[in-house]
Amino acid sequence: METQALLTAVEQKLKAQFPEGYVSSELIADYPTFIVKRDSILDVVKFLYNDVDTSFQYLTTLATIHYPDHTGQEFAVMYQLHDLRKNLRIRIKIFFSSSDTHVPSITSVFSAANWMERQEFDFFGIIFTGHPNLKRILNMDEMTYHPMRKEYALEDGTREDKDDKMFGR
Amino acid sequence: MSTKEKSKVETADAPPGIEGPGFFATRIDKVVGMARANSLWPLPFATSCCGIEFMATMASTYDLGRFGAERLSFSPRQADLLMVMGTISKKMAPVLRQVYEQMAEPKWVLSMGACASSGGIFDTYSVLQGIDRVIPVDVYIPGCPPRPEQVLDGILQIQKLVESESIRRRDTPEYKALLNKYGME
Amino acid sequence: MSKDKNTSKEIVEKEYSTLNLGPTHPATHGIFQNVLKMDGEIIMDSESTVGYIHRAFEKLAERRPYYQITPITDRLNYCSSPINNMGWHMTVEKLLGIEIPKRVQYMRVIIMELARIADHVICNSVIGVDTGAMTGFLYIFQMRERIYDIYEELCGARLTTNIGRIGGLERDFTPKAWALLDQFLVDFPPALKEFENLLMRNRIFMDRTINCGPISAERALNYSFSGPNLRAAGVDYDVRVANPYCSYEEFDFIIPVGTQGDTYDRFMVRQGEMWESVKIIQQAIAKIKKEPAGIYHADVPEFFLPPKEEVYNNMEALIYHFKIVMGETEIPKGEVYHAVEGGNGEVGYYLISDGGRTPYRLHMRRPCFIYYQAYAEMIRGGLLSDAILTMSSMNVIAGELDA
Repeated sequence: METQALLTAVEQKLKAQFPEGYVSSELIADYPTFIVKRDSILDVVKFLYNDVDTSFQYLTTLATIHYPDHTGQEFAVMYQLHDLRKNLRIRIKIFFSSSDTHVPSITSVFSAANWMERQEFDFFGIIFTGHPNLKRILNMDEMTYHPMRKEYALEDGTREDKDDKMFGR
Repeated sequence: MSTKEKSKVETADAPPGIEGPGFFATRIDKVVGMARANSLWPLPFATSCCGIEFMATMASTYDLGRFGAERLSFSPRQADLLMVMGTISKKMAPVLRQVYEQMAEPKWVLSMGACASSGGIFDTYSVLQGIDRVIPVDVYIPGCPPRPEQVLDGILQIQKLVESESIRRRDTPEYKALLNKYGME
Repeated sequence: MSKDKNTSKEIVEKEYSTLNLGPTHPATHGIFQNVLKMDGEIIMDSESTVGYIHRAFEKLAERRPYYQITPITDRLNYCSSPINNMGWHMTVEKLLGIEIPKRVQYMRVIIMELARIADHVICNSVIGVDTGAMTGFLYIFQMRERIYDIYEELCGARLTTNIGRIGGLERDFTPKAWALLDQFLVDFPPALKEFENLLMRNRIFMDRTINCGPISAERALNYSFSGPNLRAAGVDYDVRVANPYCSYEEFDFIIPVGTQGDTYDRFMVRQGEMWESVKIIQQAIAKIKKEPAGIYHADVPEFFLPPKEEVYNNMEALIYHFKIVMGETEIPKGEVYHAVEGGNGEVGYYLISDGGRTPYRLHMRRPCFIYYQAYAEMIRGGLLSDAILTMSSMNVIAGELDA
């Protein structure tokens, strides 16, 4: 099924099943992308998992993007699903504001999301409700901030030996 | 007596000493230094890519066993040489320090690769910018990753250090001052 | 019969012991910590701690221009770094809309398959070492030195290669590289056969590895396994076949698949893949002979650095050189995802560009990170030595796991 047909097929299904949750759909670089509301993401994922025609039962990856300039929609979480039998890939995005960073966890559907969501919590501070073990995974447990957010620098702020001028920063 | 052709194998030279029929007298620190240098037991603290180059150094082409360092010891209590190979993050630094403190004297530290020596290309919030922030280092090997020949050169430098150090250097004031700088006694 | 007081109906409370398979352990190839709850020798439960080599690749990538990110991708799965490099180049080429000539694609295929052989050589020989068979490791590692020689001739580095450029390769294959490659294809199959004869039907090896750390296909799919670990469980998902890139659809190769998902199946799948890689390299060499010689990059002067002789003599080349190095080229805004079949599975790059010199967001889909979650489930109920063997057969590379 080529990508435009896949886009329209899934779009119709989502519009029918989630009239309030569905926001929009787009073909970005030949990849069907659907934007849904944050609270319906778990139901959308479950629906696509159990659907008979296109059952997206493989979670490729999930990632967070921080847009500090888009007030009201600072964070986006992107899920990529894959239907291995028919070899179809789609992307689902949710947008939400930085004042309330709670997102329903999809660990009940995909066990792979366990560590993926922990990584997003570690890097961005997104709190996944319903996650069995939401704590930091890659950074030190004692770290107090979420480093991938745009306001934090790459380098460690406490180092005193590297002169920023000489290192071109 | 038939003339043998010159053998291509070079053994380690005996230290200077007085030789006679049935005896050989030399200084004890020379003998001990020679014994220590040619039978180092390394502890490969391999964390990332430099560890794979270490595996290549241990394999047949660049055989590290030629220099006596074939018996790897993963227990700090039994090791002489701590080879830190790869990036050490801030999460790993306390583990590295604990391993160093558990090693028995005499002990030397070899920092292999750019990441262990200075943080390497990763000037980030999570990487320790050089292991000499937590433990004293004897020899640094630059490279990303260093070629096996460079690793062997580093081992030879360590061997030179080992040969020339005093037997009980742990009692010398300089060594004590060095350890105090790192907060260890 | 008399009841002995000691074996009466009172329930004996089992006390589980805790064993720390610590970050520094000889058999965990890489630094991972597992705290195991053991009932004698049998593992009841385990909890993994990762992140001991977290180097902040994703944050680092937001600071570096596109061509400077290649050395970072090297350090993901450093046993097969050319595959990561090529995956990254293909992602950026997808963003920029660059079409790569066929000859360059076949050369990239050769480089990637050599890297796959190198990765599987390490994994399989280390499985042997963990069962106690050190000889296989020493014998087959010589072949990895040959691959290092080829990479050195192509790009100058042995392990972390930074090979290729956006738009092609940095230089054509030299005659010495072709000679080394041909010699490798003559010497590798007998060496691999020798390695196989040592381990494949070895009674002791089979007893150690069969039924050791199994996982079913349903659980593997739920944990988003990919690569040899998934194929050992019985699912024939290979990115080279599902979403072909770099002309892989023109090559003729099979996907080896296992049945039980245990250590022996993972070993055998990797062995099979090495044989298939040899076939693919031979086909690629034959295809390259039919293409016009001398092409090693696409004709995109805006993104591919011109040769230095032209920069000093030709005004246009000077301007392009300046623009590329200073970051004045127009990078289109966009959002792409590209995946390649790495040594451990689907290595994906999700790139968001906002038109600037550096990516706005780069997320790397790292297969090791995703499938290592299942480790606790795979070793439950097994012995401690099986846990060690399971970890080495899953080919967990610390650099890819922590990024």
